[in-house]
Amino acid sequence: MQVSMSINGQAHSHDIEPRMLLVHYIREMAELHGTHWGCDTSNCGICVVLMDGVPIKSCTTLAAQAEGHEISTVEGLEKNGVLDPIQQGFHEMHALQCGFCTPGMMVTGRWLIDKHPDPTNMTDYEIREAISGGLCRCTGYVNIVKAIRWAAAYEAAAATGGN
Amino acid sequence: MAMQTPAPVEYSRATSVDDAIQQMANLNGEARFLAGGHSLIPMMKLRLANPGHLIDINPLEPELSYIRQEGDEIRIGAMTRHVNMLESDLLAQHFPIFHEAEHVLADPVVRNRGTMGGSLCQADPAEDLSGVVTALKGQAVVRGPGGSERVLGMEEFHVGPYMTAVEPTELLIEVRFKVKRGHGSAHEKVERRAGDFAIVAASAALWIENGTITDCGLACSAVGPTTMHISRAEQALIGQAPSEDLFAQAGAMASQDCSPSADGRGPVDYKRHVAGVLSKRALSRAAANALR
Amino acid sequence: MASWLSDATGGVTDAPIGFGRMKRKEDARFIRGKGNYMDDVRLPGMLHGALLRSPYAHAKIVSIDTSAALAHPKVAAVVIAKDLETLGLAWMPTISYDTQAVLAGDKVRFHLQEVAFVIALDAYSAQDALALIEVEYEVLPAIVNCRKAMDPGAPLIRDDKVGQTDNLASPTWEAGDKAATDRVFGEADTIVTRDIHHTRVHPCPMETCGMVADMNPTTGQLNIYNGNQAPHAHRTVYAQVAGLPEHRIRILCNDIGGGFGNKVPVYPGYVCAIAGSIVAGAPVKWIEDRSENLATTGFARDYIMHSQLCAKNGKITGLRVDVIADHGAFDSTAQPTKFPAGFFHIVTGSYDLDAAHCTVTAVYTNKAPGGVAYRCSFRITEAVYLVERMVEALAWEMNVDPIELRMRSFIRPEQFPYESATGWTYDSGDYHKTMKVAMEIAGYEDLRKEQQEKLAKGEIMGIGITFFTEGVGAGPRKHMDILGLAMNDGADLRVHPSGKAVVSISAQTQGQGHETTFAQIVAEELGISPNEITVRHGDTDKTPYGLGTYGSRSTPVSGGAVAVVSRKVRDKARLIAARMLETRPEDLAWEKGRWYVRGDVSKGAAIEDIAEYAYSGSPMPEGLEGGLDAQAVYDPPNLTYPYGAYIAVVDIDPGTGHVHCRRFIAVDDCGVRINPMVVDGQIHGGLTEGIGQALMELISFDEQGNCMNASFMDYLLPTALECPEFELGETVTPCPHHPIGAKGVGESPCVGSPPCLANAVIDGLRVWTNGRVKHMDIPCNPARTWAAMQGNAAPPQ
Repeated sequence: MQVSMSINGQAHSHDIEPRMLLVHYIREMAELHGTHWGCDTSNCGICVVLMDGVPIKSCTTLAAQAEGHEISTVEGLEKNGVLDPIQQGFHEMHALQCGFCTPGMMVTGRWLIDKHPDPTNMTDYEIREAISGGLCRCTGYVNIVKAIRWAAAYEAAAATGGN
Repeated sequence: MAMQTPAPVEYSRATSVDDAIQQMANLNGEARFLAGGHSLIPMMKLRLANPGHLIDINPLEPELSYIRQEGDEIRIGAMTRHVNMLESDLLAQHFPIFHEAEHVLADPVVRNRGTMGGSLCQADPAEDLSGVVTALKGQAVVRGPGGSERVLGMEEFHVGPYMTAVEPTELLIEVRFKVKRGHGSAHEKVERRAGDFAIVAASAALWIENGTITDCGLACSAVGPTTMHISRAEQALIGQAPSEDLFAQAGAMASQDCSPSADGRGPVDYKRHVAGVLSKRALSRAAANALR
Repeated sequence: MASWLSDATGGVTDAPIGFGRMKRKEDARFIRGKGNYMDDVRLPGMLHGALLRSPYAHAKIVSIDTSAALAHPKVAAVVIAKDLETLGLAWMPTISYDTQAVLAGDKVRFHLQEVAFVIALDAYSAQDALALIEVEYEVLPAIVNCRKAMDPGAPLIRDDKVGQTDNLASPTWEAGDKAATDRVFGEADTIVTRDIHHTRVHPCPMETCGMVADMNPTTGQLNIYNGNQAPHAHRTVYAQVAGLPEHRIRILCNDIGGGFGNKVPVYPGYVCAIAGSIVAGAPVKWIEDRSENLATTGFARDYIMHSQLCAKNGKITGLRVDVIADHGAFDSTAQPTKFPAGFFHIVTGSYDLDAAHCTVTAVYTNKAPGGVAYRCSFRITEAVYLVERMVEALAWEMNVDPIELRMRSFIRPEQFPYESATGWTYDSGDYHKTMKVAMEIAGYEDLRKEQQEKLAKGEIMGIGITFFTEGVGAGPRKHMDILGLAMNDGADLRVHPSGKAVVSISAQTQGQGHETTFAQIVAEELGISPNEITVRHGDTDKTPYGLGTYGSRSTPVSGGAVAVVSRKVRDKARLIAARMLETRPEDLAWEKGRWYVRGDVSKGAAIEDIAEYAYSGSPMPEGLEGGLDAQAVYDPPNLTYPYGAYIAVVDIDPGTGHVHCRRFIAVDDCGVRINPMVVDGQIHGGLTEGIGQALMELISFDEQGNCMNASFMDYLLPTALECPEFELGETVTPCPHHPIGAKGVGESPCVGSPPCLANAVIDGLRVWTNGRVKHMDIPCNPARTWAAMQGNAAPPQ
């Protein structure tokens, strides 16, 4: 069946088997390898992308279910050669080691900052809870929390004309 | 690739509730409805579930995703996502247990997709929302071919592990909760790790007027073949004044009346014990928020 | 934003010229989602492999019918043991000099063992085809308990081995002095005895194992894309095992999504992919799913330890421990040849004991093979788990504070280099200092007070201590080899005419930050900015021979090689500078980045000018060749001995047994720190693995030998909600024999944290039950902790 969706603002349309999972559509059909997979039981969050701005596990979604929706992956964070503050924050705060869980963690962080009513005052608990759908084996999460905070602070400063 | 993947399957989308039911009828009930998919798709990937056909009811979200008050009832549409129930002011105001239970149900990402209907119909004995709905004495509205509807209480709804009274050609469309005065509710859960299914969970609801318990709901998850409805404790509490001793007795009943199995989460004696502890704690906090 | 954002070279601003905090160069691709992991490898005509696995732990294979699978329109081939026999690949040697079936022929010996290999046009079809293969089994009784495996009448698991008459995997390993130990115990004031089981766990990196094998039928070149921790060693192994010429095998490790020891062994799936590529004449990709990873790749630990620790006059004096090691169905553990139990006999730990004795008996069971993995420093995790659990037990038996007992018993600074009772020479340390820093950060006295206050309120709080010493950086060639290959590492350094450099190393990063830290080593030695030094790794064609990254050996061995090769370049630069400045080499002094004339600092030659000169037509010093590069192979004189003091605080729910780690204080001494940011990150990760092992990770089996934890539903890893804000401290005691004084730190946090947390939980239960509860085994999940609280602690299986 023909399945069409928009990924990072670009239209994609491919003839696929109905059973194809969204993570594979992204990786194989759209050829965007930044979204990874890590388990069979929807626990690890390595495959997290945004659908209409909201994090979902792309390994637990059929590509067909994304028809007509807007998918955002890690590749969509950088715009016109400028990194998103979340990406910069991960770099500043050493929030990645092997990098495998990083895309899922970054899009989740991006979503948290966007939806939170007061991002510069997020509590540690709120940040940790937001990323608790993802597993990281390398970093122990401390720096991931710091990176998300860094990005929120950066954006707030930029908004007020600072930085 | 090599992450596990589903077997070949046919797929169609529903355009309305009645269209979904009609499609299912045309397939003689031999398809599965696909809502959030976070129970069904993992089972399909492990090839434990191999439906020949999926009817995607996500297009029904505008029609079936709602939390609203109608008269003396709160009604939740079957396609309402967990995140909506977690963040609903209406639910927080009327039934505080929703926020508590949703907070510990799966993880924040799964909650963006999973639905009320999916959770109830999956009927996993360890699942939190079934306990909540049972404690709140929710009524499930099920629609069948030709527009026929029936309303089921939770005891009728839950038939066995992963089995409900919903017929293959029917669709759960709504769950209804009566709003009565003096309500408080709470959910207690013990898990091996955040996001895991409960080792044991207890959902407690109380209605208290003039210092007396006028109604009570108590359900335990993960300690029986389905959600365990501790009706003996409910009966014992009605007409009594809330007290720690009373709740301890209710806890003892929960401990005795539940029917846990040993598994990787714990042995029988431990689960019985925790059913008692959590029931008491949930009732205690339910009383505290009823009396606030 | 920094200008490097669009810089494809990954250069970074704010780079110290040498050691110090520096953001990572490799981040550039990962934060853009441009990493190149196993499943990202695409080659023209590539096929996909999938393994059919046994549903039984122990069964004869009666027949295999692959006809239906072969008839599937998208299947290219189906390989079974019989087919591999013709290639001589049905069995493969292991690092422990055992053999392991690539595909089961006569029988299956563990649940989910490999039985057949399907090669198809795409991965979905490969999985579909697995269901079409029919295997008839005759089920045999499974041995799941390693004590039962040692019973005289137990079914023989390795009946494939000529002369094997029992289920012992190797001769019992022994270290220390039994007679001296018996004497010391005879004279002791206090003795504690414990049976301690370190449960089977799994390193579980987020990226599973996989390979793309590409045998070119025309040229006979075998290119292997494989995320593995020891590419050169693997190449040598494939050459020997498959009879392929080593110079026509190339292993390319691109980015690896975590290793932790999981990516050290050669797995049957790899051999199948290679055989498949030879047979199909096309590249074959095989990547395992998560269940395969958890259930069949190299597990960790599974040591059943019976131990006694004794004290005299208030000080620890002797240790004895006998271990039964469950190796699974094949002995595939990785460790230096002369040390079949790895470095377990460092079990005397941080203490100046009068005597010690240990034995390790390795046993076969009907379980997946493995044992050495998961940041273990070759079984030092088991050793430290044992000794630190015993020390705590002894302290409470003596009614002495556990830190006090340690302080009295530590090896003292003046005793270094210290010869331990089991033959290790510890290089350096000041343990008391590090312990005090930890106490200070933790506010230790206040913690004990708080514990009592909580007890009075009916709350359970536990405080656990661990002081670990471990030995890493294997190792000296006279003592240590793996499969006959010396554990030395090479480094090649070339400084280009423009003064920029490329250093090629044999260590293989899986996230440790080598592209940055190794550049920093060169920068420290030569004064070239790390931004102008590329670290090349991961391609056996382009890097020097070495034994790879595990056992925290990158900094001690590869780092040593890089420092040495940088100094060779610097020494050559001196000779060239002398020519340039028309003076004698001995008249020159070095300041970072330049040689200058002693007494006239303005007269000098910067390294980039020396480089330019070296490649130009200008005359070189007598006897010196042109260019500015060097090679080195580093043979470490000893292991290095990092150590640390850890303190954990847990709260336990008395009604449910649920344990929460509230605080974790970690003070590490890993000698000189190349990049403190990278060190801290390693520690955070390792401490989290400790939380996992202590509180939730478990690989267990039912009576039939079925693995019960083969998915993330039941093999639980900590999320951000289980981890506290780690409180780190440091002391720096340089390693006296290492070129830059560094010791390495990768595994330390995973070594020190599990016993620390276990001690904390037991401490909480001890206080709560007024001393009645003195022991439980990990994992301390709610059910097990509650059972222990009632006095019913049970081993994990």
